[in-house]
Amino acid sequence: MAADKVVRVANGQGFWGDSVDAPVRLIEEGPLDYLTLDYLAEVTMSIMQKLHRRDPSKGYATDFIELIRRTLPTLRKKGVKVIANAGGVNPEACRAALLDVARGQDARGLKIGSVTGDDILGRLDELVEAGAALTNLDDGRPFSEIHEKVLSANVYVGSFPVADALRQGADIVVTGRSTDPGLVLSPLIAEFGWSAGDWDLLAAGTVAGHIIECGAQCTGGNFSRWWEVEGLDRIGYPIIHASPDGSFVVTKHDGTGGMVTPETVGEQLVYEMGDPTGYITPDCVVDFTSIRLAQDGKDRVHVHGIAGREATDSYKVSISFLEGYKASGQLTVSGPDALAKARVCADALWGRLAFAGIGFEDTVTEFIGANTCHGDIIEVPDRLGEVVLRVGVKDADRGKVDRFGKELAPLVTSGPPGVTGFAGGRPKATEVLGYWPALLAKRHVTTNVHVEEVP
Amino acid sequence: MKKLPLYALAHARSGDKGDGSNVGVLAYDDAGYEILRDWLTPVRVKAHFAGIVCGNVERFEMPNLRALNFLLHDSLGGGGSASLKTDAQGKTHAMALLRIEVDVPDDYQPPAVGSQGATAPGGEL
Repeated sequence: MAADKVVRVANGQGFWGDSVDAPVRLIEEGPLDYLTLDYLAEVTMSIMQKLHRRDPSKGYATDFIELIRRTLPTLRKKGVKVIANAGGVNPEACRAALLDVARGQDARGLKIGSVTGDDILGRLDELVEAGAALTNLDDGRPFSEIHEKVLSANVYVGSFPVADALRQGADIVVTGRSTDPGLVLSPLIAEFGWSAGDWDLLAAGTVAGHIIECGAQCTGGNFSRWWEVEGLDRIGYPIIHASPDGSFVVTKHDGTGGMVTPETVGEQLVYEMGDPTGYITPDCVVDFTSIRLAQDGKDRVHVHGIAGREATDSYKVSISFLEGYKASGQLTVSGPDALAKARVCADALWGRLAFAGIGFEDTVTEFIGANTCHGDIIEVPDRLGEVVLRVGVKDADRGKVDRFGKELAPLVTSGPPGVTGFAGGRPKATEVLGYWPALLAKRHVTTNVHVEEVP
Repeated sequence: MKKLPLYALAHARSGDKGDGSNVGVLAYDDAGYEILRDWLTPVRVKAHFAGIVCGNVERFEMPNLRALNFLLHDSLGGGGSASLKTDAQGKTHAMALLRIEVDVPDDYQPPAVGSQGATAPGGEL
């Protein structure tokens, strides 16, 4: 392998619900080797389990199938490979759906891979029997508290199984619950031949993944000095130009909006950061205090110096469980005296519910426009043109939550004047999903890689 | 000593982290980083977020990025989908922290920043 070999990896989907056009533009508007896409959030897995229970052929991100249908000819022409955690709780069904699309477009020879083994929902009893404690990682509570209420349980698997699929020639690889940075690390493992023991290199690939895993958040999105960012309407999503020595450049396609500087990249490095000296993934442990950033031409940031340590012997597990129900709704209250009138509305609403004998486990009352976000850090202006009253409740009793939803509309006619904005019907109860992080010894988990060719 | 808003010395980003949020503060120059390392203590950050942060505040130093990373525990009204708050993920906590007034030596001049300065042109600051 040449020392000057460069592998170009992009991220076109930072989270479930990100821009639908960003991945298409990444494929079409410039050169690329790999496109990574993140479709999963903590709550997504339980939604997919529910879909899967209703229909065993479902439980993956159908958006991804549509994206491939739309872009497959271009992907093949340009030789771009795709890695996505779109498999959800059913990566094999996702692979089958992709094969259908590929057959429909006569994409002979295309290889599609899937990685399974992360889903441990059906194995929980067996694992507990085998001695896995699954104690809550944040507060130490015993797993027995929620065992009966679990909706989904997935291990964050590492990057090597995806790299295996790529080495077997896969053009598209779908996984279930893999780590977000691992989507970017895996092609670097496959291309550069990195292996367990190359801790600094694995750490470097992980940092590359961390920087681009939230899409445009490193190319000018969410940047503190927002007024400097030009072309948000056509913001470029990030691309890594990686080298075999672990250094890489963060950039974006020429002609796209946004900006890539050590400041836009630096902000993303600290995003959702805990202890920076010990960023733990299934592949390695990264020391974020080792990272060096330097501008390397317009919209290019060179990243190097990254140090890593040996991976731990456990996987992180993400478990979701049904914690109850919630609903929220809002009314707009115009001035004069908007805030005072909004307070009267809120008092009336909670008073009426109390009079009806209904209380809740948790409630929220917010006056949006009057420091909902920043509280007492700044003063509320004397005169507000209008205020949005936002109220919400949470309770184990779905009926009570739905009853709350019926109390909002009457305020328009039975409260102070100038109250409006009640549209979209009564707020409905939705499930509150509890999140239970835990650790599981790696020996309990076997991942499987399956690559299939379009005949 | 004089007072400067943190905006003049640093930029920042926040997000959710378990039961709370994190705010990463990145100083614009070495002198500013030294000032913030001394002055921007967990105690001061906790006091700034009175009514928002219910738990303790932890701080980590990242000298390579001239950054301080703060963990604001129990600041989201329950994590993930359990929170009823508008800002259930602490997305606005960075902007809130940038409003804090920092004691700086009289002779400290913040560096020229970006193409148009450290605060929005024509903005409220």
